[in-house]
Amino acid sequence: MKVDMRLQGKRLVYRFEDWLAAVRRIDRTQIVIIIGLTLLSAFMLLPLVYLFNHAFKPLHELLLFPPTFIVNEPTMQNFTDLMALTQTTFIPVSRYIFNSVIVTVLATAGMVFTGSLCAYPLSKHKFPGGNWFFGAIMVSLLFATEVISIPRYVVVQSLGIMNTYLGHVLPMIALPVGVFLLKQFMDQVPNELLEAAKIDGASEVKIFLRIVLPLVTPAMATITIIAFQTAWGNAETSTLFMQDDAMKTLPFYMGTLTSNLANSVARQGAAAAGALIMFLPSLIIFLIYQRKFIATMAHSGIK
Amino acid sequence: MRNDMSSNVQVNTRVRAERAVIAGSVKRSPSVKLKELLADIWKHRLSYLFIAPFFAAFTIFIVIPIAAGVMLSFTYFNAIEFPTWVGWLNFQNLFSQDIIFLQHVLPNSFKFALFVGPLGYVCAFMLAWLIAQLPSALRMWYALAMYAPSLTGGIAIAVVWQVAFTGDRTGYINSFLLKLGLIEKPILFLADKDYLMNIMILVSIWGSMGIGFLALLAGILNVDKQLYEAGKIDGISSRLQEIWYITVPSMKPQMLFAAVISIVSTLKSGGVGTAMAGNPTPDYAGQLMVSHIDDYGFIRFELGYASAISIVLLVIMLLLNKLLHALFTPKEDEV
Repeated sequence: MKVDMRLQGKRLVYRFEDWLAAVRRIDRTQIVIIIGLTLLSAFMLLPLVYLFNHAFKPLHELLLFPPTFIVNEPTMQNFTDLMALTQTTFIPVSRYIFNSVIVTVLATAGMVFTGSLCAYPLSKHKFPGGNWFFGAIMVSLLFATEVISIPRYVVVQSLGIMNTYLGHVLPMIALPVGVFLLKQFMDQVPNELLEAAKIDGASEVKIFLRIVLPLVTPAMATITIIAFQTAWGNAETSTLFMQDDAMKTLPFYMGTLTSNLANSVARQGAAAAGALIMFLPSLIIFLIYQRKFIATMAHSGIK
Repeated sequence: MRNDMSSNVQVNTRVRAERAVIAGSVKRSPSVKLKELLADIWKHRLSYLFIAPFFAAFTIFIVIPIAAGVMLSFTYFNAIEFPTWVGWLNFQNLFSQDIIFLQHVLPNSFKFALFVGPLGYVCAFMLAWLIAQLPSALRMWYALAMYAPSLTGGIAIAVVWQVAFTGDRTGYINSFLLKLGLIEKPILFLADKDYLMNIMILVSIWGSMGIGFLALLAGILNVDKQLYEAGKIDGISSRLQEIWYITVPSMKPQMLFAAVISIVSTLKSGGVGTAMAGNPTPDYAGQLMVSHIDDYGFIRFELGYASAISIVLLVIMLLLNKLLHALFTPKEDEV
C-alpha cells in the first residue's frame, strides 16, 4: 500500500515534469494565442460563474447595486425557495426532478441500446436496403424535431401514450446522431477480426457483445453523453405530450419559472438555483468522459 | 452510398448470371429476381432484427411525422375537427397574406441564420485551430472552457442570460454601462426590439461551441503532421496558406459533420428568443420560423397552417444539406 502511494506520488511528479517541459517549449506565437484564448475563455465562462454565484445569493444581495459577481454570504435559501414555489401549484419540485431522472435514465438507455444495435449491421453487414436506410439517417441528422412537432403530437396522441413515461421516452429513442457516430466508429474495427471470430464459431450476437462493443467504448461513452444531454434538457415532450402537470419534467418547470425573468429580480435566485441543477449533471458527465469524447469526434466525419 | 450497394448487387447478379448461363437459361424472369432478393433478405434476417428497434422508433417518430406533416400542410386542421383539404391555400397565404411572416419572421430568420450559422461556424473553426496550436497539456482546458456553455442548452441558457440582461440597474450589463457613463438609465434589453435580435445572436453563438466544435478540433488534430512538412518543402510560407491548402482539404468529412450540426443547432437555438422574451416576442423582433410555427400551432391551434410553415422550413434545410454536401464532399483528385 505504502509503495503504491509512493509510486503514485512519483508518477504525479513525472507528469508534472512532463507538463513543465511542455510549458517550457511554448514559443512566442503560442503565448499570444494563450493570452487571447484565456481572455476569451473568461468571457465564455463568466456567465457560468455568476450563474453559480447567483444560485447561492440571499435576496438582499440579488437586489444589490452595483451587482456583485461573487456571493458574500452563501445561502441555500434559493433552493428552499425553489421547493416552496412549486408547492403553491400542488406539485412539489421533487416530483419534477423524480420524473426527469426516470425519463433521462430510460431514454438514455433506450437511445444507446437501439443506436448501438442498429449501427452494427449498418457498418459490418451488406444487406438489401442497408445503405438506403443509412442514407435516410444521414438526411434526418438535419431534422430538428421542433419542426415536426405538430405531426408528432398527432402520432403520440393516436398511440395513446400521452401523460405516461412512455410518451416521454419513445419519441426520444431514435437518435440519428448516435447511430451515425457509432457507425463511423465501427467502420474502424477491422473486418478480419470479425471473420476470425466467425470461423471460431462465434454467433453474431456474441461478436457484437464481446468484440465490437468493447472496441467502440469511446463512441459508446460519447453517445451516452449526447443521449443524456438530449434527454435531460428536453422540455419538448413535457410541453407537447403531457397535459397532466404531475407528469412533466424539470426543464419544463424551469421554462415556466423563467418567463419574464429579466424584469423580476426576486425570482432570479430560484431560477438560477434550478438552472444550476440542470447544468451540473451534464458538466459532471462530460468531465468524466471528455477524453473518449474527443477520440470519437476524430471519426465523426461525413464521407 | 447507393452506388456501393448497386455495384454489390451487380456483382451478385453477374455471378448468378454466369451460373444461369451454365444452367442453360440466359435471361432471368422478374419472379426469379424477386426470389433471389427475398433469399438475400432472409439470409440477413439477423441484421434486420438488430436494426428493428431503432427502425421502428425512427419510422414512427420521424418518418411518419414528416409524411403526416406534408399531408397536414394541405389541410385546415384545428386539432378538434377532422382536417379538411384546402390544397395549396396555406402556402399561398403564407407567401402573400401573412404580414408577420413576410415582414418579421423571414428577415429575422435570414439575419439570425446568417450570423449564427456561417459566422458561428467560422468562429468555431478559428477557435478549434487556435486551440490545436497549443501543447496538449493546455489544450483540454481551453476546449472545455469553450464547450461548457453549450452544456447549458435549452432552458438554462435563457436563465443565464436573462440575469445578465436584467432590465433595471441590478442587471450586470446595465450596471456596467451605467458605471461607464454610457447610458443614463437602465435599458429594458429584452423588451426592446432594437436589442433583442442582437442579443439572441450573441447568446446563440456563445452556446454554439458544441459537438460540431469538438469534431472540428478533433479533425484538425488528426491531420497528418507530415503533410505540413511536405507543404513547407512545396513552398507554403504562411499559416493561412497552410490552413487553406492542407488543413481544410484533409478534414472535409469533419467540416461537413460540423456544418450539418451547425444547421440543426442554429435551428434549435432559435427558441432562445421566445425563452427569454416570451412568444410572440416584443414587436416580433425576435420571431423566427420555429417560434412562428409554435405561435400558430400551439397558441392559435391552426395546425394545418403551422404544418405548411414547417414544410417550407424542411425544404430549406434539405436544400442547405445538398449545398453543404456539394461544398465539402472530397473530390476524386483530393482523396
